[in-house]
Amino acid sequence: MNGPGIGWYVIVAAILFATGAMGVMLRRSPLIVLLSLEIMLNAGNLTLVAFSRQAGNLDGQIFALAVMAVAAGEVAVGLGLIVAMARRRLALDVDQASALRG
Amino acid sequence: MGNFLVWVVWFLAAAGCLGSGVAVVSLSNPFYSALALIGNLASLAVLYLLLAAEFLAAAQVLVYAGAVMVMFLFVIAYLGGRADAPWAGGPPLLRTAAVLAAGALLVEVVVVLGLAWGDDLMGPAEVSDSFGSPAEIGELFLTDHLLAFEITSIVLLVAAIGGVVLGTARETEDTE
Repeated sequence: MNGPGIGWYVIVAAILFATGAMGVMLRRSPLIVLLSLEIMLNAGNLTLVAFSRQAGNLDGQIFALAVMAVAAGEVAVGLGLIVAMARRRLALDVDQASALRG
Repeated sequence: MGNFLVWVVWFLAAAGCLGSGVAVVSLSNPFYSALALIGNLASLAVLYLLLAAEFLAAAQVLVYAGAVMVMFLFVIAYLGGRADAPWAGGPPLLRTAAVLAAGALLVEVVVVLGLAWGDDLMGPAEVSDSFGSPAEIGELFLTDHLLAFEITSIVLLVAAIGGVVLGTARETEDTE
C-alpha cells in the first residue's frame, strides 16, 4: 500500500479516543457527553478498520458496522433520556442528575 | 507521485479529524459541537476510503452524518437555550484527574505502538480490488456473521422502542 502505514491511522485513533474521553469526563452537559461518546466509538471504529486492512480480513469492517448500529441505538436512547430530563424541568447537568447514586 | 498524494489526503483528513474532535469537546454551544462532529465523521469517512473500506465510508456518511446527526440537531433545536453548556467543570481535583486519565490512555497506546513499530504495522496485506465492497460485506453478513446481523436488528428495535417510551409525554407525573 502506498502512503501511510497502519500505525499512523492507529495513532490518529488514539488521539481521537483521548480527546473524546476528556470530553466525557470534563463536560457536564449530557448533550456534549453524548457527542464525545460518539467520538470515542468512532476512534474504536477507525482502529478496527485499520487492522482489518492490515490483516486483509473483512471481519474488522463487519465489527465496525455492528458498532455503528450500537452507536445509533445509544444515541436514540440517550437523546430520549435528555428529552425526558428537559420535560421534567430537571437541570441538564450530569453532576446534578444524581438521584440514582448508590 | 501517487504515494505523495495519498500522504497529502491522509494528512488533511487526519488534521480535520483531530481538529474537529477538539472543537466538539471544547465548544460551549452544542449546536456548533454537533456541526463539528459532522466534520469529524466526514473526515473519518475519508480515512476509511484510504483503508479500502468503501461500503463503511458510505454507511458512515449516510447513517452518522445523515441520520444520527439530524436527530441530534433536532433535539438541540427542541431544547433551545436550555441546551447551552458553559464549561464549568467539576472540582479542580476531578478535572486534573480527568486530564491525567485521558493522557495516560494516550501514552499507553503510543507506547504499545512504539514497541510493535516496524514491518508488523507498516506492511499491510495485499488485498483485491473488491476488498470492502458492498458485495463482499453483504456476503459475509449473510454467511459467516449471520448471528451478528440478526442481533444488530434486535438491538436497533429495542433502542427504537426505548426511545419512544422515554420520549412519550406523561403529563400526570409531577416533577420530583
